[in-house]
Amino acid sequence: MNAVAVEDLWKYYGDFPALREIQFTVSSGQCLALLGRNGAGKTTLLRILAGLSRQQRGQVRIFGRDARHPATRAAIGVLGHGIGVYDELSAIENLRLFGRLYDLPNPESAAKQWLERTGLAGVAASLVREFSRGMRQRLAVARAFLHQPSLLLLDEPFTSLDDRAVALLQSVLQEALQRGSTVIMSTHQLREAMEPATHVGLLNRGRLAFHGPRPEEMLGDPGWLYRAYGEG
Amino acid sequence: MLFLRQTATIALKDLRSEFRTKESLNAAISFAVVILVLFSFAVDPTADQIREISGGLLWLVFAFAGALILNRSFARELGNDCLDALVASPVPGAALFLGKASANYVLLLIVELVSLPIFGVLYNMRWTRQPLMLAAVLALATWAVTVIGTVFSALTVNLRLRELMLPTLIYPMMIPALMAAMRLTTLLIAGEGIAADDWIWVRLLIGFDVIFTSLAVTLVEVVLVG
Repeated sequence: MNAVAVEDLWKYYGDFPALREIQFTVSSGQCLALLGRNGAGKTTLLRILAGLSRQQRGQVRIFGRDARHPATRAAIGVLGHGIGVYDELSAIENLRLFGRLYDLPNPESAAKQWLERTGLAGVAASLVREFSRGMRQRLAVARAFLHQPSLLLLDEPFTSLDDRAVALLQSVLQEALQRGSTVIMSTHQLREAMEPATHVGLLNRGRLAFHGPRPEEMLGDPGWLYRAYGEG
Repeated sequence: MLFLRQTATIALKDLRSEFRTKESLNAAISFAVVILVLFSFAVDPTADQIREISGGLLWLVFAFAGALILNRSFARELGNDCLDALVASPVPGAALFLGKASANYVLLLIVELVSLPIFGVLYNMRWTRQPLMLAAVLALATWAVTVIGTVFSALTVNLRLRELMLPTLIYPMMIPALMAAMRLTTLLIAGEGIAADDWIWVRLLIGFDVIFTSLAVTLVEVVLVG
């Protein structure tokens, strides 16, 4: 079954086409690494898949439904550029809040479980504004994975993470993939991304220049795709 | 049921954040008190004159002080990209809107409840002669201010000049509700009660609330996602 199906997608900012004729599918359980230079359209594409922005043309189906359908959104976990948690709430209040918004059966225990998992149980009652950058990033990971989403949309998830947060993210990503979740992540960190990626997409000036199983060449030489498809 | 739970969760989250930081509540109450104090120094009217302008004075103070609260409503979601996290969650746009509007409504009522006794003392006015009707008018008119302000707060949240744009956009929209609120408040503070001819203003407030709440709930998804 296709987790994500994108058909002839166009997105304009004013007259500028940020995405053109994007067409691809991602099957359940796959991990797609979206590559491309800055401004290639990775974030725009992920925002449309997350239901945060609308395309001008084309169709996006997630698990066979519209991206803005509440059931679709309940199945998606989004980790964007911002951490998506409130500075003036404590760590546990943040996770409890999102647990309730996602209608989890027991938001309290889910929140506690993820605080343990991310090493933040000792500061559960502390306000997020008192957290270090690394702690905030781990809380953001907990927020995105809290409801065990079937589709994870991660926008440059490894950028500026500390070592502990990178290790945490890699382990929860592996778990999610083993559980059968689908992952789409945009990234510039090719080495970290190539490990979990089963498929690769290369965006070049708004067009999908390549989409397919991860080429073997990329394991030894992550930059191979850029050179092979005209961005080297 | 889930819709109501999500609405309440958003409202409680906003109230908790605001009571912890008190950034917009302190600003709005200070602004309301300063205007009431300055106006009491600026003019020295008779009791009759005060009675005639009481509704206008109070609702101008409430509307301007309210803009400070409404401005922060969606702006507080911008830090850490929290608005994206909310919009990406399965919360319907209508629940998000009603949750935020409910929190704003409580905060505006607090500003009004602090301002009224100060108005009574500074202008030597007994404003409690028709307490139930006054409470009803405050409830209806405050919801009118809240619903317009919350929608436009969502609409202007990504503008660089949102602090300027929000008042510019909301006050013209609020004119019918403010006219009704001013007229009814003046009558009630004077202790006259609402005469048969003046019930049209109550009906206007109810109609305004129903129409704009329905429009807001229907359109907020478009406002949030584009």
